[in-house]
Amino acid sequence: MSSDKKDREYFKEIAKRALEKKAPLGNDIDTLNFIVKDKDEPELQDLSSVPKNLEKTLINVGIDINERNRSGTYIQEGNKVGFCRSLDKEKVEILPIGVALKKYDWLWDYYWKAIPVDTDKYTAETEMVDEVQGYFIHAKEGANDIFPIQSCLFLNLEGLKQIVHNIIITEPNSKLNVITGCTVHPHVRRGLHLGTSEFYLKENSQLTFTMIHYWSEKTAVRPRTAIIQEKNTSFINNYVLLSSVNDIQSNPITYLNGDNAQCYFQTLIHGKGNSIIDLGARSILKGSNTKAELISKIIGDDNSYVVSRGEITGIGYNSYGHIACNGLLISNNAKIDSIPRIKAETIHTTLTHEASVGKIGEDQILYLKSRGLNEEEARDLIISGFLEVDTSNLPKELAEETKKLIEIASKAAG
Amino acid sequence: MNGSILRIENLTVTVNGGKRILNNLNLNIDYGETHVLLGPNGSGKSTLIYTILGYPGYNIENGHIYFKGKDITNLPVEERVLMGLGVLFQHPPKVQGVKLKKIVNICGERLQKMIEMGTIDLKEPLIKGCIDLDDQTKKLAELMKFPIEFLERDTNVGFSGGEIKRSELMQIMALRPDLIILDEPDSGVDIENIELIGKIIKELLQIEAKPINRIKAGLIITHITHILQYIGKIDRAHVLINGRIACSGSPDIIIPSIMKYGFDECQICVLTRGDSECGENKK
Repeated sequence: MSSDKKDREYFKEIAKRALEKKAPLGNDIDTLNFIVKDKDEPELQDLSSVPKNLEKTLINVGIDINERNRSGTYIQEGNKVGFCRSLDKEKVEILPIGVALKKYDWLWDYYWKAIPVDTDKYTAETEMVDEVQGYFIHAKEGANDIFPIQSCLFLNLEGLKQIVHNIIITEPNSKLNVITGCTVHPHVRRGLHLGTSEFYLKENSQLTFTMIHYWSEKTAVRPRTAIIQEKNTSFINNYVLLSSVNDIQSNPITYLNGDNAQCYFQTLIHGKGNSIIDLGARSILKGSNTKAELISKIIGDDNSYVVSRGEITGIGYNSYGHIACNGLLISNNAKIDSIPRIKAETIHTTLTHEASVGKIGEDQILYLKSRGLNEEEARDLIISGFLEVDTSNLPKELAEETKKLIEIASKAAG
Repeated sequence: MNGSILRIENLTVTVNGGKRILNNLNLNIDYGETHVLLGPNGSGKSTLIYTILGYPGYNIENGHIYFKGKDITNLPVEERVLMGLGVLFQHPPKVQGVKLKKIVNICGERLQKMIEMGTIDLKEPLIKGCIDLDDQTKKLAELMKFPIEFLERDTNVGFSGGEIKRSELMQIMALRPDLIILDEPDSGVDIENIELIGKIIKELLQIEAKPINRIKAGLIITHITHILQYIGKIDRAHVLINGRIACSGSPDIIIPSIMKYGFDECQICVLTRGDSECGENKK
């Protein structure tokens, strides 16, 4: 990439022209209804003295306040970095993106490379901020056997628009686990979260990315995520949304460019209240022997409207893709719209999809009652069982950790 | 223990907008007794089970069901169960997402609750030698010849006939109800497992205990009688024909007669009250 791109003015010029560009999916959010204003000082500046009212907020989205079994933490409040430190810098470094772009000239080669800055008005606006915020996580070459990095981004002011640009790079032969939570301060009801995330997986590297979203009923959310995978890479994405949200739309894309690259997306959604949820995943199977599995499980509750998308394009020789979307409607006023799409561009690809939407069978409820559970206990058991995260492809410790985190998030969401 | 654990009086049940399935049915089981209810397909056996359990869709037009002396005719399912009533189902539904381990643990928890409530007279909720519920569930799996991984399977999803029976038995063993209704306990069970299942049922129903020490009661509902030889002594047999107890008496007389003549003879017997080898109802 040429050096003229190594400053933000270059991207701002492109972004400016896209500020009115509506996204193809999701309701058009009027971003002017939200403010970018900062609190003067972040409430949380050190994990050793977390304000009591924030402790739960952090724990609910997977943050271990004592940083036990973690190799680094990044916490962003609104549009300011509250806390950021790396505990195992030789192997993995986490920095505020602004700091990282100053420190590492080469990082500009990745900035807006997986996602064009003019993708839509949200990415464009992300570039227009004075000071770019977000994290940069860098797993060093050969770094293995490292504890997860944890991050939490939360909205700390009513009516705030939080703007984030994250980059993760896993160097060859590294294995990285990231646990990240996006949420709101307990006092915040209304807000907008715009988050761009670009992940680059170098040869033979692995990234497991677990994201817990915990919003309030008046938060609008527009993440933009793209992953570029080189050969022999593995990307596992666990995404969980169990709380109410006003309106969320996201459709991450993975480019499996290298041979033998694999990705696995698992999306667990409990649509509550009046939430409008449009979530999906897309995979482009370009390399030979690439493999993508996009799994989503959705509970349609209350008055929620959930669109679940999955799209796999098979291009590479002997590529394989599978989409599974299972929905469970538990409210007569909820709607689930499942849109699996498979596109074969070669005879040498195998693509399948399955989708189902059902309700909890009365016979199942009765069966559980015949073991002494009441109606509510029986329903809760079936719902929590339906949304149980599949951790069979995670290493044992991470599997347990992931299960635990999702259990906490689920309890918090009620 | 004396007295009746289950008493059904003049029970008439309709389904699907008026179709009468049970017709003025009477049945009594005392504490510590095991009865067998035999009947051809369509005679109302399943309806009787679901009505005793309190499932919706079975409309009681007349009559009462008493369990442990209490009228449970209008009680919700789970309340009946928490009084100490348990059913081993023939065709339990698949429960996607709910692992067998979870459901067996829940049964164990419920037993604990019943002991606290005083509805089940046991001192110890766990089977002897078990440390906790997880441990008990594991040991039950071993007893049932299930590999430990089987406990992680979704309940009844892809289970074979024999696996369903053993899974049901695990749940009942953790729940240890005072009255166990067993719906066709040997259907779909292969020959290797039938003896195991029979042995476990025998233990659950305390069949080999001294009569004075027997509390647990059982109602085995079946249209065939293979399993009975493994269970041992049955106190009483009933024949259900067209929604009515057509005949009750000693299993030693009724069972061989059905083996010999089939239910057709019972049918004739009901219609004519004529000559029959089956003792008590003969006129």
